[in-house]
Amino acid sequence: MQSNRRLFLKAMTAAGGGLLLQIAIPGARARDAAPATGWEANAVVRIAADGKVHMTMPYVEMGQGTYTSIPMLIAEELEVDLKDVVLEHAGADDKRYINPALGFQVTGGSTTMRAAWLPMRQAGAAARMLLVQAAAQQWQVDAASCRAEHGAVIHTPTQRKLRYGALVDSAAKLPLPAAEAIVLKQPKDFRLIGKAARRLDTPGKLDGSAQYGIDVQLPGMKVAALAITPVFGGRLAGLDEAAALKVPGVRQVVRLDDCAAVIADHYGAAQKGLSLLALRWDDGPNAKLSSADIVADMARASQAGSAKVRADGKPEQAFAAAARVIEATYELPFLAHAPMEPMNCTVHVQSDRCDVWTGTQVMTRARAVAAQVTGLPEEKVTVHNFLLGGGFGRRLEIDGVERAVRIAREVKGPVKVIYSREEDIQHDMYRPYFYDRVRAGLDEHGAPVAWSHHLTGSSVLGRFLPPAFNNGFDPETVDGADAPPYAFPSIKVDYTRHEPPQIPTAFWRGVGPSHNIFVVESFIDELAAAANADPLAYRLALLKHNPRAEHVLKLAAEKANWQGPRNGAMGRGLSVQFAFGTYMAMVVDAHLVDGEVRVERVVCALDCGVPINPDTIRAQVESAVIFGISGALWGDITFKNGRVEQSNFHDYRVLRMHETPRIETHIVASNEAPGGMGEPGTAALMPALANAIYAHTGKRIRKLPIATALQSA
Amino acid sequence: MISLHINGKTKQVEAAPDTPLLWVLRDELHMSGTKFGCGMALCGACTVHVDGQPARACVLPVSAAVGRKIVTIEAIGDTPVGKRVQQAWAEIDVPQCGYCQSGQIMAASALLKAIPKPSDKDIDQAMSGNICRCGTYPRIRAAIHKAAGNGGKA
Repeated sequence: MQSNRRLFLKAMTAAGGGLLLQIAIPGARARDAAPATGWEANAVVRIAADGKVHMTMPYVEMGQGTYTSIPMLIAEELEVDLKDVVLEHAGADDKRYINPALGFQVTGGSTTMRAAWLPMRQAGAAARMLLVQAAAQQWQVDAASCRAEHGAVIHTPTQRKLRYGALVDSAAKLPLPAAEAIVLKQPKDFRLIGKAARRLDTPGKLDGSAQYGIDVQLPGMKVAALAITPVFGGRLAGLDEAAALKVPGVRQVVRLDDCAAVIADHYGAAQKGLSLLALRWDDGPNAKLSSADIVADMARASQAGSAKVRADGKPEQAFAAAARVIEATYELPFLAHAPMEPMNCTVHVQSDRCDVWTGTQVMTRARAVAAQVTGLPEEKVTVHNFLLGGGFGRRLEIDGVERAVRIAREVKGPVKVIYSREEDIQHDMYRPYFYDRVRAGLDEHGAPVAWSHHLTGSSVLGRFLPPAFNNGFDPETVDGADAPPYAFPSIKVDYTRHEPPQIPTAFWRGVGPSHNIFVVESFIDELAAAANADPLAYRLALLKHNPRAEHVLKLAAEKANWQGPRNGAMGRGLSVQFAFGTYMAMVVDAHLVDGEVRVERVVCALDCGVPINPDTIRAQVESAVIFGISGALWGDITFKNGRVEQSNFHDYRVLRMHETPRIETHIVASNEAPGGMGEPGTAALMPALANAIYAHTGKRIRKLPIATALQSA
Repeated sequence: MISLHINGKTKQVEAAPDTPLLWVLRDELHMSGTKFGCGMALCGACTVHVDGQPARACVLPVSAAVGRKIVTIEAIGDTPVGKRVQQAWAEIDVPQCGYCQSGQIMAASALLKAIPKPSDKDIDQAMSGNICRCGTYPRIRAAIHKAAGNGGKA
């Protein structure tokens, strides 16, 4: 076995033949620097005797294109075709598949490509060198006279050729090249990176054969419909099961503390049985809870103590010296994720083992909770992972797994627990409500001399990963607020953690930035208006120190013809940001048609470092923009008598085909390290749209969603 | 016993007459390509063809499907229009998470069968009942135009 600490790479003979590479993908951020000694591989690549490259990755595919973009990295340097890369699902194993950016096996936070960029290419290059060396030895020629292409080594002078498959066993016995001997390709030589690649996971998604968690079929499996206490913190007080048990196909009724489940041969019977249960609930302490109470509590908390995130440039003195001070309060609502595949989890609990079938972003957490509920040791729990029918942060949580295991404990044989859409929306873990107070001091020309941003809201990280929450400081919640791209002479950022009563909160596409950038980019627009300045010129004057941000903003403005005609009364708004390692600017054209907001065009310019798969980047911008429009215009989870008032897509409205704007994406050519692409577009869209509404109507949107804000105007 | 005509074959199933066709397909016949999304005909993930017309299987009682020709995503590629739609979807790389795409492809195939060269307005009308949370709408539109032989443009 060959090991090289600087490379975090090992090469060896695979069990059953072939060349095996173990790779450690380090964290995506500087503060997660790879350990100096000792490391565990978290990705495995096996080049088999048939020349196929089998990859096991620590990440899951939930639509973001990871299953194509990571294979591109290794295929590029290994000199194989993308079609020869075969992907395999990783099993649940923290030690092997750790994502050091977060400390356990997880896909989220737009971290994947940032983490994989260097190690995957190094692994491909090292393997190619071993294969070339193996061929050179066989031919007894100088390795420098050989080259690799399309999965084969060629001796250039004689045109002799050996396929990789014929070389893997001898290559596996060679010493790994030293780190400094591994030369990565120059960007100009890239065959795959930077060129649009077809997604490898597409074919199964066209004929119904792709398997999501909800699709698992097992011998003897039953299906469960469930009703969870409608009030968070409530309990099941009683039910009458007689009528339900008479429904053909219904087999059993399960009662738990906070929910009831009907177990049946098929979901239709289970749902019918559920509707006949005559459920009685003890609503508990939150029986009267309303959104107004939650917001009033939060407003009070925002006036109380806070944790200092930063205070630079003597902000209080700068405010005192300012020619004028502008203040505003911004509010963002609770939001549901509503992925198209409703929450579901299939579990088979036996005396000596437990099996879980589901699509999750956190496999090892799913395993741990199943072990905890069943009392089995973790090694007796197997998690079988599936494609995710949308994640958006929802499948970073294991509440559904935990509940399914509790139900399955009461059932003989495997049971598939499916949340109805109503349960999915009313028992989500929500994007937190945020209550932000912002303040700016302007000089006599209207330029900002002081900036203050005080956030109040739930800390998802404080619950999700408590060690990362230090003395009231939550790096995720303040992300996007703590370092605006602008040159502010003084800046103060504070955070008050305030948890709503028993309402679970969670990450939602964009985490901190999707909340904070709405506030920052809306408020900077207010300052431009206060200064009677053009929103573009006002921002550019504050970005002279930040060339990549300045560039994307200028590019978006140019492509959108910012100064050009507004097509009648159309409002045009913009935003610029640095988040998830990517610079992005957006220009949105929108107007009101019959009282409804109509978004006509979105122009996005971005600099995400080296663009690995431009087609996936464009797809992620389109996706994030559409997700952002849904959230900005209509997204709102509200409470009345402790109950979530929304239940399905008629009252939790999302964007549809006929409401979708034209979306243009302009990608800046760059050789910088790659930034994340799954989330930035959602954060960028919301303020750009709200600013367009301001330009169109003169109404400043300080409380989302926009449709509600316009009604109350 | 209920007798159903699905994808050119006759299938016998045991189900109450009011059982939604969706659960007969998924849980009785183990045809998992047709998806559950909302249960209220709001999202289109469960779209199948009944006598050539798009229908929401989540609200269609199985009794209403008796004696009619049902086509699902598993067999839509056997029709010339369905095959063209799947090819266009692949060429434009429409799917992201992919969960809603069975329903999208069924809706698009029905549209193209009824209107071989649909306008953008036709597409809006035919496709607005199908939700995609990944936001693949621009690519769906382009793929429908491509399948119609318009090279991906309106």
